[in-house]
Amino acid sequence: MKLRNALCTASAVAMVAGAAYAQESLTIAIVNNGHMINMQTVAEAYTAETGVELNWVSLEEGVLREQVTSDTATGGGQYDIINIGMQEAPIWGQAGWIEPLNFGADYDVDDILPAMRAGLSYEGQLYAAPFYGESSMVMYRKDLADAAGVTIKDNDSWARIMQAASAMHDPDNGVYGACLRGKPGWGDNMAFLTTVVNSFGGAWFDADMRPALDTAMWNEAVNFYVDLLGNYGPPGSEGNSFNEILALYNEGKCGLWIDATIAASFLTVDGVAYAQSPNAGNPVGANWLWAWAMAVPAGSPNTEAAVAFIEWATSKDYVQAVGNHPDFGWGAVPTGQRASTYELPEFQAAAGFAAAEMAAIESAAPAATDIKPYVGVQFAAIPEFPEVGSVVAQEMAAALSGAKSVEEALAASQAAADAIMREAGYYD
Amino acid sequence: MAIVAQSSKFGTYGRPILAWAVGLLFFFPIFYMVMTSFKTDADAVKPEFLFFFTPTLDNYLNMAENYDYWRFAKNSVITAVLATVFTMFVGIPAAYAMAFNPSRATKDVLMWMLSTKMLPAAAVLYPMIYLAKGIGLYDTKVLIVTVLSLINLPIAIWMLFTYFKEIPKDIIEAGKMDGVNTWGEIKEILVPLAWGGIASTALLIFIFCWNEAYWTVRLTTIDAATLSKLIEGNRAPEGLFFGRLSAVSTAAVGPIVVLGWFCQKQLVQGLTFGAVK
Repeated sequence: MKLRNALCTASAVAMVAGAAYAQESLTIAIVNNGHMINMQTVAEAYTAETGVELNWVSLEEGVLREQVTSDTATGGGQYDIINIGMQEAPIWGQAGWIEPLNFGADYDVDDILPAMRAGLSYEGQLYAAPFYGESSMVMYRKDLADAAGVTIKDNDSWARIMQAASAMHDPDNGVYGACLRGKPGWGDNMAFLTTVVNSFGGAWFDADMRPALDTAMWNEAVNFYVDLLGNYGPPGSEGNSFNEILALYNEGKCGLWIDATIAASFLTVDGVAYAQSPNAGNPVGANWLWAWAMAVPAGSPNTEAAVAFIEWATSKDYVQAVGNHPDFGWGAVPTGQRASTYELPEFQAAAGFAAAEMAAIESAAPAATDIKPYVGVQFAAIPEFPEVGSVVAQEMAAALSGAKSVEEALAASQAAADAIMREAGYYD
Repeated sequence: MAIVAQSSKFGTYGRPILAWAVGLLFFFPIFYMVMTSFKTDADAVKPEFLFFFTPTLDNYLNMAENYDYWRFAKNSVITAVLATVFTMFVGIPAAYAMAFNPSRATKDVLMWMLSTKMLPAAAVLYPMIYLAKGIGLYDTKVLIVTVLSLINLPIAIWMLFTYFKEIPKDIIEAGKMDGVNTWGEIKEILVPLAWGGIASTALLIFIFCWNEAYWTVRLTTIDAATLSKLIEGNRAPEGLFFGRLSAVSTAAVGPIVVLGWFCQKQLVQGLTFGAVK
């Protein structure tokens, strides 16, 4: 009897200890983004303070999406915290795949940039907290622009961008007027091209969620994109995305580049100037909005501890911790996240692009409107968008390479998108 | 006469030069990767530092300190070794049976096994994940060893079958007449005779297991994650971390390249399926 009691007691102690141990360990799936990599080091202080052990699983963006989706679809439990983007957050929040995030008063949720907060919420409830956000802007070689006698202003017209690219274009000396994304992918060429379409007054879908790729706005925007990149872009642009263009730019081969604001922190050439993204006379400019955020999957057994960690990792204190960290400093603090960060003099001094980035993020318009009946700037926050975007991306790359005419590519895109949306039940 | 002289001249100088050129062409990506691993991320993309740069060990130190390299490496060694052993353990008797005791169905069975390699892995991804989670084996070495063994078994059996077919049946039958049982035939006669083929098959299977990335990335989280997952995690869509990525890749392929170097004779024999005999 004594032995049985002792065994029961030992088992109970082991179970309690096991449960306590389980609560103190979080598995976090992250993208290989500079800010998330830094967080692994900064968070050592969190572990020291709270005793919560953190297991980081770093994955490439595409693989992360695939693994998180399969984990969520199969009941979850593999991860306690996941990195998701602005495209997924509202959809997954609506589907109940991720937990709503409610933080204490000290967190100051109103300090999160309104555009980011809106893009990561569903029906006003925050489902993912941003650890890094970005918009897009024009980055150009001021020395080349000055030598060519052209200027690029904030929110310039596309016609003037074309003119500037033409003036700086000097392929004999290895300089191409404009470097833009051409590699097919909904997050690659379509991220940029969608912002061009937006600025021409177009949108992916009409009020009935029927694809609107057969409109004059798409035709005009895509023709402009193909002309600009075809005439003044580097050869093989249909294979270029962020990393390829970053390498070209740092080799001094690009006159201007319109892309993610984070690019500014990787540029090593001298004389870079920034301008807000262009538009074609419409109220919506060609600047996108994106955030990588942290969310808690519904299947996580450690929801409370996970929410507590996210509260710390996206707080004002975390920004201070990175800024004052001997390995990182103020040039490495998370951007595009909190308004208070941009007010810090230390940050302003360390990041020359801060003002341009803040202005770009603030002017992005992710909310649904009469023209654009869906949430999102360079994407539509609907589950079918990755499929639609990927198909259209291939067609646009074909148009850019000259394998198809713009009209043929748009007609094929419209037919494919229509089939996907019809199949998904948006209309008969 | 002139033609003979010309062709022998080509044989003396041309062929070695051509062989070296092809060899260098194939080796260049590995050389470039190793070289890049000693550059900083910023230097790695600057053309002026293509061959001349100040080498740094920072990427390797960073990897050892922050990326837990040894945990991934240990898992790679354990899963690749066990999967190879298991594959050979099942593959040798299976190939033996088909080579020396063929039935009418043998050809079809061999073709069926090969056809399983034609199925795109993505087609069975979700069923595999459901199954692995359902039986509680997700992110375990047991699962990875099982999957690696099963996906490589068809190739192993095909290779072993090809080697075994070259051994005269009479030798096996002589053993039978001397009263040796099946296990004895395999152990005492077949394995010593086909040792070269078995070794080259095992080596190739080990390399396949070590380099496998589709399943090892998708069926693991932490506990069973292999070096493939470490490399995968260092790819970035925004930011050129080529120095870091090259260091991780070099450290991941290093052991297998060294192993391949020591066993190149067997490997060539395995890859050419005995064509050089």
